Amino acid sequence: MATDVHRLAAQIAPGSSVAIPVDYAGVSMAFTRALIEIGTRDLTLICVPTGGMQADMLIGAGQVRAIETSAVSLGEAGGAPRFNAAVKEGSIALRDATCPAIHAGLLAAQKGVPFMPMRGLIGSDLLRNRPDWTVIDNPTSDTPDPIVLIPAIHPDVAIFHAPMADREGNVWIGRRRELAAMAYAARRTFVTVERMSETRLLDDEKMAAGTLPGLYVTDVAVAENGAWPYGLWGAYPVDQAEMARYARAARSDDGFADYIAARAAEVVS
Amino acid sequence: MTQDMTPATPREILICTVAGLLDGCRCVAVGAASPVPAAGAMLARALRDSTGEPPLRISILGSEAHNFFTNGSVELFDAAGQGRIDAFFLGGGQIDRQGNINLVGLGDYPRSAPRWPGSFGSGYLYYVVPRVILYREEHSPRVFVDKVDFISTPGTSEPGTYRPGGPYALLTGKALFDFNKDKRGFRLKSLHPDHTLAEVTEATGFAFDHDPDPATTPGPDAATLHLLRTRVMDELAETYPAFAAELRAGIETTDRKATV
Repeated sequence: MATDVHRLAAQIAPGSSVAIPVDYAGVSMAFTRALIEIGTRDLTLICVPTGGMQADMLIGAGQVRAIETSAVSLGEAGGAPRFNAAVKEGSIALRDATCPAIHAGLLAAQKGVPFMPMRGLIGSDLLRNRPDWTVIDNPTSDTPDPIVLIPAIHPDVAIFHAPMADREGNVWIGRRRELAAMAYAARRTFVTVERMSETRLLDDEKMAAGTLPGLYVTDVAVAENGAWPYGLWGAYPVDQAEMARYARAARSDDGFADYIAARAAEVVS
Repeated sequence: MTQDMTPATPREILICTVAGLLDGCRCVAVGAASPVPAAGAMLARALRDSTGEPPLRISILGSEAHNFFTNGSVELFDAAGQGRIDAFFLGGGQIDRQGNINLVGLGDYPRSAPRWPGSFGSGYLYYVVPRVILYREEHSPRVFVDKVDFISTPGTSEPGTYRPGGPYALLTGKALFDFNKDKRGFRLKSLHPDHTLAEVTEATGFAFDHDPDPATTPGPDAATLHLLRTRVMDELAETYPAFAAELRAGIETTDRKATV
């Protein structure tokens, strides 16, 4: 089942909505670089629940039409320069959320129901700017009790990176359950992994508890160091120097283009 | 152990103040990009360990070693909704008189300039966590404004809105405030060493209540400072390596100055 990352990335249609995970959960930067090389356009990013370098790079490459997120930042390396520039220019559509609202939308999709109610949000400008979020009066309460309904989020695709998968497409996600939540909600899920397991993950009870069944996984490719410069839990840490290098370069359009070109040249050589 | 001979730096006093604000909590969570709150929570846990009281549970978002959740990033919000999280921290590009927080940006939304990262979990946690500690080191009129440009999450809610949580304290680089829900405003609790009421009034873009002669924020005792500089710094370096290195360098700089 292991195929190369570009073959996976080529299956993403222009205009797709793409769910991507929070920076510490297993970000497939290998997939991101392939998407940039292919140039897939008009993507809607759904950050689960926040975005970082992956979102910033795709925005910088001009491939993003809209983004739903609770935040975009480069963590200790600072703000997300291409995202911030795109917001200022008005070149991407924004759906600002709060983390549990994105989780609620995915959970609704996971359950196959049209919406999920959630607390909070009332009186915020987040709610005021989200015509798709509605406030109803809690029908189970005897007294007036306004509550927000978040519609189900059905991403076309979910993309993430994990330590390993087996030949049946079962993927070990450990305790990073948001990766499962993304896969349950998405129509298709593409995963890059550090390595393939020669044994079936579900045969080992300890591994099975942290395994996403192949039922939810469309295709897998091996990409060693596939999260770099992000870290991968239990495997390798964030490359802070590289994050800082990107943060500096991406402050300008030219700096960003040079950074991407240099990276592509390294891959070729 | 010459490090322990140097007095607490202003940052260390902030961390110790955070630890004090967590008195009596059973479970504390710290969000992304919050090194001082993370250090304060770790210090509170370390101090609790030496008292024989039940341990303080802490969850540091982004940490592998200091995070007990096993259900992904949704679990913090679920636990908070269940009332299991006693304290959480929020920052803000702008914080206003009524405790409203703006994490999105300045100017007319959506084309904010500058744009900040975004609201993170604030649009939910501020409503449901009883003790939300607002932490913003920069204390200036551009941060503490009369009215925020964008309400990521409001300080108070109308009667009838589900709101068990809200602002408990506001900690800045200059002072500590608490929040009066009924009056919908902040009250100065103490000034950090070497800061004055006139300076804080000048640096705050909204009116706040205060005593005529406000108290001074206390610094740590030697044992607490030692714990912070040893166990807590080691724990913090896992999630915030750059910040921990900077803090250590700050202590060494003070040390050198002290010995000159």
